[in-house]
Amino acid sequence: MRKVTPKQVLLQGNEACAKGALMAGCRFYAGYPITPATEIMEIMARELPKAGGIFIQMEDEIASLGAVIGASLAGVKSMTATSGPGFSLMQEHIGYACMTEVPCVVVDVMRAGPSTGLPTQPSQGDVMQARWGTHGDHPIIALAPSSVYECLELTVQAFNLSERYRTPVVVLADEVVAHMREGILLPSREDIEIEERTRPTVPPEWYLPYGDPGTGVPPMAAFGDGYRYHVTGLYHDVRGYPTVRKDEVEPLIQRLFSKISRDFDRLQWFDAFYTEDALITIIAYGCVARAALRAVREGRERGLKVGLIKLKLIWPFMRRTITKILESSPKVLVPEMNIGQISREVKRVNQGKCEVVTLNKVDGKMITPLEILEKLEEIHP
Amino acid sequence: MQALMRVIDRIGYSKDDVVLISGIGCSGRLPVYVDFNALHTTHGRALTFATGIKLAKPQLKVITIMGDGDAIAIGGNHLIHAARRNVEIASFVINNQVYGMTGGQCSPTTPYGEKTVTTPYGNLEPDFDICRVVEAAGAAFVARATVYHTRLLDQLIGKALKKKGFAMVEVFSHCVTYSGSYLGLDSPVEMMKWLRDSSIPVAKARGLGEAELKGKIVTGVLVDREKPTYHEECKKLYREKLKV
Repeated sequence: MRKVTPKQVLLQGNEACAKGALMAGCRFYAGYPITPATEIMEIMARELPKAGGIFIQMEDEIASLGAVIGASLAGVKSMTATSGPGFSLMQEHIGYACMTEVPCVVVDVMRAGPSTGLPTQPSQGDVMQARWGTHGDHPIIALAPSSVYECLELTVQAFNLSERYRTPVVVLADEVVAHMREGILLPSREDIEIEERTRPTVPPEWYLPYGDPGTGVPPMAAFGDGYRYHVTGLYHDVRGYPTVRKDEVEPLIQRLFSKISRDFDRLQWFDAFYTEDALITIIAYGCVARAALRAVREGRERGLKVGLIKLKLIWPFMRRTITKILESSPKVLVPEMNIGQISREVKRVNQGKCEVVTLNKVDGKMITPLEILEKLEEIHP
Repeated sequence: MQALMRVIDRIGYSKDDVVLISGIGCSGRLPVYVDFNALHTTHGRALTFATGIKLAKPQLKVITIMGDGDAIAIGGNHLIHAARRNVEIASFVINNQVYGMTGGQCSPTTPYGEKTVTTPYGNLEPDFDICRVVEAAGAAFVARATVYHTRLLDQLIGKALKKKGFAMVEVFSHCVTYSGSYLGLDSPVEMMKWLRDSSIPVAKARGLGEAELKGKIVTGVLVDREKPTYHEECKKLYREKLKV
């Protein structure tokens, strides 16, 4: 019999996500029930009060993210979780959190849309919504787990990134990953690195809540800590007060982007499988990456020179990583459970470097390893 | 705003402990002018942010300022649920019966029949009684005043700020630019007189029938009741059931 260590547990993706949030130090959850994300909320309702945190069920998703941003402004790590229709309602406040630079984590367990769509069936249709769902130019970070362990790992990372860059971070899970169960080794608190937002060290009268300290990310004081300042979704000056001056508007939006883009070298999160000599490289994420890995392994057994890049970071798009693949691999296959969202990005950075082939499925069913394998055989040089 | 500052100063709250939150509209600019923790949120959602802040840091004095469109149209859902939950928030709804910032459109508190730029043939909808909505939703404290009755307004603001639980004061105000001209009142003085003459203290209004109260602004404390706040319920849960 296999020896079971005390740390080995059987978890569902949504459970792992909630566990990751608690490990990362999340102590405030506001949400609204929605399939297939509800388990995260149910676990937080049970566990957060025991950890001294606050759980509240709000009247809708708009209110949920509003309360989350409020709690974060008061200095508490906060999150919410939802699915397509709720994610649509949250877009206004995602933009608000971008503009006001309030750290928060939004989990979107993707189900098939548009509209009410197929509430219990998987999809990857919210990739572009995560990027451009809220109005206006804005930066965003989104992560896509493809296993139960990654649901935990990437939720912790989502909190770390949101604290580090003072920005909302989206965990783009999908119904398959969220609802499947896998045995995982639960990391202990010492195994994982937890980041906290930078707090001001200057006296309150010197504090610039939206100034650039050189890193692009201003230190963040919590309401009630003696640093009284103004927060607004309007364009604002370094003290947080509304402005329409072009010499204040332009630097703000540029800083919002550059605080993340200056770290692009650090933000290349992916796993590579058999890519060194691959004639076809698959670019996949979420549950599709699992099917793709199986297809690649079986393809290798059949003598096909195929590989896989599994994206863990979806936004910002990992141009540096993908460009290298496009330059080394004659063909790229992008299987997705949507009409073609990440494949658009791949084509955008391709610039004629290689042949990009897509494989799309939008019937609420998973893309199977066999379907991917058949496609690989069809296009293999 | 002057009344609010006066009363906050009189009670003696530390500026570090006060959070002033607004939505969008003419009232939305208010936090810009104060030296508190100030938060200018999205249209209609001030109370959701306030709920998060109050629960995350209960020692803070959380105050919201909203307009009529802000509070009862786009934010109506949040208003009734904040009242029902009884989170300790002092909220002030400045009701000028019109969307002023966007140029004088009809709001849910615009009287029936009134002409505005979006009701050029007269308003087809009856208006909302904000206080009755909030009372029915379960608020611990509900009151109404006008900007004419400054002493009453000070008293009601003070009571709302000190109330344990969700408190709402509806402040009837004038918008000379739009609602005033719709009413045929062209100057701020005329509007102030209108507020004075339309108002009736709640004690006097009690004996009157619906017909006699038509078009009247009933002022004073309408509801004042003791109810456990959401945070007290949380504390009780932690202490008694979870032993943390």
